[in-house]
Amino acid sequence: MLKATLKSLLSRKLRLLLSGTAVVLGVMFVSGAFVLTDTLGRSFDGLFATIYSGTDVGVAAKPKVAIDEFDGGSVPANIPAAVLDKVKAVPGVASATGSASADGARVIGRDGKVVTTFGPPRIGENWTGETGLVKLREGRGPTADNEIAINAATAKAAGLHVGDQAGVLTLQPKKIFTVVGIFGYSGGRDSIGGALEIAFTEPVAQQLMLGQPGVYSSIDVRAGPGTTPDQLRAAIATAIGPDYQVKTGDQLRAQAADGLKQGLSFFNNILIGFAGVALFVGTFLILNTFSIIVAQRTRELALMRALGGSRKQVIGSVLTEAFVIGLIASVLGLAAGIGVGVGLAWLFGNVGGSALELAGVGVPAAAIISAFAVGILVTVVAALLPAIRASRIPPIAALQESATPDRPLTKLTIGGAIVLAAGATLLGLGLSGSGIWLLLGGVLVSFIGVALLTPLLARPVVSVLGRVFSWSVPGKLGRLNSGRNPRRTAITAAALMVGLALITGVNVILTSATKSLHHTADNQVTADLIIAGDPGAMPATFDAAVMDKVRAIPGVTRTATEYMDLGSVNGKAEGVVAVPDLAAYAAMFRLSPASGTLAFNGPGETVLDIDSANKQHLKVGDTISVQLSRGEMHKIKIIGVYSKSDVIGGYLMSSDLIKDFRVAQPTMGYVTVAPGTSVATVKQQVDKLLVDSPEVTVADRSGYVDQLSAQFNTLLTMIQVLLALAILIAVLGIVNTLALSVLERTRELGLLRAIGMRRAQTMRMVTVEAVVISVFGALLGLAVGTGLGSATVRALKDDGFTDLAFPWTTMATYLGLAALVGVVAAVIPAIRAARVNVLAAIAHE
Amino acid sequence: MTLTVERTRTIAARAVDVWKTYGSGEAQVVALRGINVELERGQFTAIMGPSGSGKSTLMHALAGLDSVTRGQVFIGDTRLTGLSDGGLTTLRRTKVGFIFQQFNLLPTLTAEENILLPLAIAGRKPDRAWFDTVVDTVGLRDRLKHRPSQLSGGQQQRVACARALISRPDIIFADEPTGNLDSRAGADVLTFLRNSVVQHGQTIVMVTHDPVAASYADRVIFLADGHLVDELRAPTADAVLDRLKTIEV
Repeated sequence: MLKATLKSLLSRKLRLLLSGTAVVLGVMFVSGAFVLTDTLGRSFDGLFATIYSGTDVGVAAKPKVAIDEFDGGSVPANIPAAVLDKVKAVPGVASATGSASADGARVIGRDGKVVTTFGPPRIGENWTGETGLVKLREGRGPTADNEIAINAATAKAAGLHVGDQAGVLTLQPKKIFTVVGIFGYSGGRDSIGGALEIAFTEPVAQQLMLGQPGVYSSIDVRAGPGTTPDQLRAAIATAIGPDYQVKTGDQLRAQAADGLKQGLSFFNNILIGFAGVALFVGTFLILNTFSIIVAQRTRELALMRALGGSRKQVIGSVLTEAFVIGLIASVLGLAAGIGVGVGLAWLFGNVGGSALELAGVGVPAAAIISAFAVGILVTVVAALLPAIRASRIPPIAALQESATPDRPLTKLTIGGAIVLAAGATLLGLGLSGSGIWLLLGGVLVSFIGVALLTPLLARPVVSVLGRVFSWSVPGKLGRLNSGRNPRRTAITAAALMVGLALITGVNVILTSATKSLHHTADNQVTADLIIAGDPGAMPATFDAAVMDKVRAIPGVTRTATEYMDLGSVNGKAEGVVAVPDLAAYAAMFRLSPASGTLAFNGPGETVLDIDSANKQHLKVGDTISVQLSRGEMHKIKIIGVYSKSDVIGGYLMSSDLIKDFRVAQPTMGYVTVAPGTSVATVKQQVDKLLVDSPEVTVADRSGYVDQLSAQFNTLLTMIQVLLALAILIAVLGIVNTLALSVLERTRELGLLRAIGMRRAQTMRMVTVEAVVISVFGALLGLAVGTGLGSATVRALKDDGFTDLAFPWTTMATYLGLAALVGVVAAVIPAIRAARVNVLAAIAHE
Repeated sequence: MTLTVERTRTIAARAVDVWKTYGSGEAQVVALRGINVELERGQFTAIMGPSGSGKSTLMHALAGLDSVTRGQVFIGDTRLTGLSDGGLTTLRRTKVGFIFQQFNLLPTLTAEENILLPLAIAGRKPDRAWFDTVVDTVGLRDRLKHRPSQLSGGQQQRVACARALISRPDIIFADEPTGNLDSRAGADVLTFLRNSVVQHGQTIVMVTHDPVAASYADRVIFLADGHLVDELRAPTADAVLDRLKTIEV
């Protein structure tokens, strides 16, 4: 039996290659994701080993605001200089160096723009001289307060040389320094993992990077001879008390690497999610291929049954075939995945100046296990249904001339309706807030339900669609052909549906979000101009003095600013917003008091939105405690609760807190101009005032909303690129179906050629069939995607989705692209059809 | 000169010293060995011979479905040897009709659409009067809206005959047209073919190995081992059978 299976497998190499390709692509994504994260993980291990190579023990202060990694890093606390002296006095310490270092030193390049990186930090620190790691290349270290040394990566990125003047943004607004030295690292490296570094003198670094004189961010300790890092760690911990974290170099390295790997695993999950979509679509393709194979082998299988083969043997023979394909596809997919993983890691390490030194290629066990598990499982599961169908072929079919007639679609349709209803229910539960898994499960089950209903839809939709092409005889024949086997047409179209439905769904949501943003902004924001920068771990800020000058511009009626930092409110980490002029701010956003007042009387006051107040059982007169990154705990009194707004939420606190913010500068500014005054003119003037704050820009209201929604476009592009894989697999499905159709209809093609059909007409006929299938799939995808998107938007009505909008142009583009996809998919089958040898096709069997 | 013109006017198709070989070296098979034959216009010709005699190969060569190794093939004044695929397609559209043993109807089209298909493919308007004549001759008036799967074998073959006739080709090639039919349905088809020759002057060439089928023809030519060995005019089934026996011995 096994021998017969393998032989029949080999005889259909090409067909299986196509369905195998779908599995190969899916497996490639899965194993590629694992290889990528493994390679990057080990590369970062190496990076941190370099960074901590000179540290036996490190000392850091316990942060006052503990924030988990996911929210963008911790808010470090500072170590007073006295602690450094204590550490130096501990026996066994060979040397102890205080480091005043933090992310957020942004140098302005020669082109006047702030130099940015894609991920690596921009570190500002105190110059501690050359070490085993740091080597001066040119010039010297900074000795005066207006001098800096920069690492070679910074020099290259900013185009700076020794002797140049350079502006640097830190916790304080732009300051000008002279570059006196350029340094590199052991091994001739320009940077450590792409980080940009600027070294100041110690007092300057303390003031600009840590915001306080006489403090350090960490202390690096080297052990003397005969002292192990563990002994030294214990001794130092005892000497300086429980307010500080004392760790060995190894612990620090592990801690840093763990934090990073969490980020990588998030990345990994996204890639695997897309692999899941690809494999789901691949399942349709495999299911279809096996159905066709079983149909074509009906007589062969019936003969097997007639000769005494059992049902189990028939199922076994089909599943063995699937297993072998899955196995081969997994091996190929794994190999391709290793290539993709390494390639992506290389990109990650070299694009955007990251300069990460890659560790050697490694294939983690997870990559191998998941490749085989996923590849084989998906193939075998997809082949299960056709296998069962094959086992039901009666032995008598071996003797009958024609295959069993097309079974009615009733059962399938009822099943599809039930599955779709179940999917919709899950989806509804997921959307009403019962969790992301219910939501995803709902989407998946709905897709299967729609796919089951597709054969029923195929006949009428295809017949209507085909009218477009019926003006020519080949077109008409192509349309009739695509309606010939509704199951096959349906499943091929359904594969295309999945990818397009997801893209369309996301698109509907984002388009609605953009429209809602515009709508909300126009209704609830009275500010005409908005000053803002890119949000990030360290928010872009601008000089508060700018706002005083803005207020003096003729035509400006009102201004407001807001300050932001991460803090801990009643023990919970969250963003803290301070608003100096609450009355102006409330007017900017049409905030109205639900209780209490919306004007500060003095320090230590806050207002809160009504939803949060109700949720936390807070009311006017209550007191909350606020801990910022520095300073003592603040006791803040709630003086007002404001009614619900779609743009503003949470605490708005009085300006006395700002002094404890890491950056005591505004992050956002709002300007209202008098009616009749040109907004554009005022904008120009504000623009000029912001010349020394290059990280922020001023925009009018709709321009600002456009800036916000531009992020949606980036998101959409990414999703489109990743889902392109699913669509590529669907295209393979169309090629597969057409190739089989051409093969099955060789005789008909021969006849058509014999009675005078030209090659070009034959190709047109096949192309029309492909286009009808692909456009049908696209229409399904657009319909399902619109449904999913609309349901989501409706469910999020209370979360600011005021409008439902459809991206008509984009949807039309998708439809056009789908037609194009059909044409492309038809190329090879059409050529094969045109090359059919007339004589061979019609000669006796 | 006058003689040549006269000849081409009365000859629908001819083969001049046609050789056909398949394969090469040891595996070489010679199917036709220098065949010279002229098929007259307005006549029903049957080609007979034992299996492997080359009768099908000869018909395929005459119809332009297969190339020849040596020699020349003409349909009317047109030389087929050397024509491109496009040229052959045009020829098939305008001058040739086919009837196959397997009927070869398109299952997606109705009987009427199948009959009109050659005209539709060529983009020609059907002549309604001729269509009615053809349909009535084959007796399919009440079956026009049926699909092939709803027709019997004999009815399907009559649709195929109508399809071959609809474009009024110079010549119709029928390859074992009764091979898949019972004798009653076969007789219907043969009578119909005979009538179209007598009533409409249609030229038909039929390959068959059934002496009864051959007896409907005006002329039977016999092939054996790639040679044209004999011919018979105004044949009867018995005469054909006798002649076949002498060839096969």
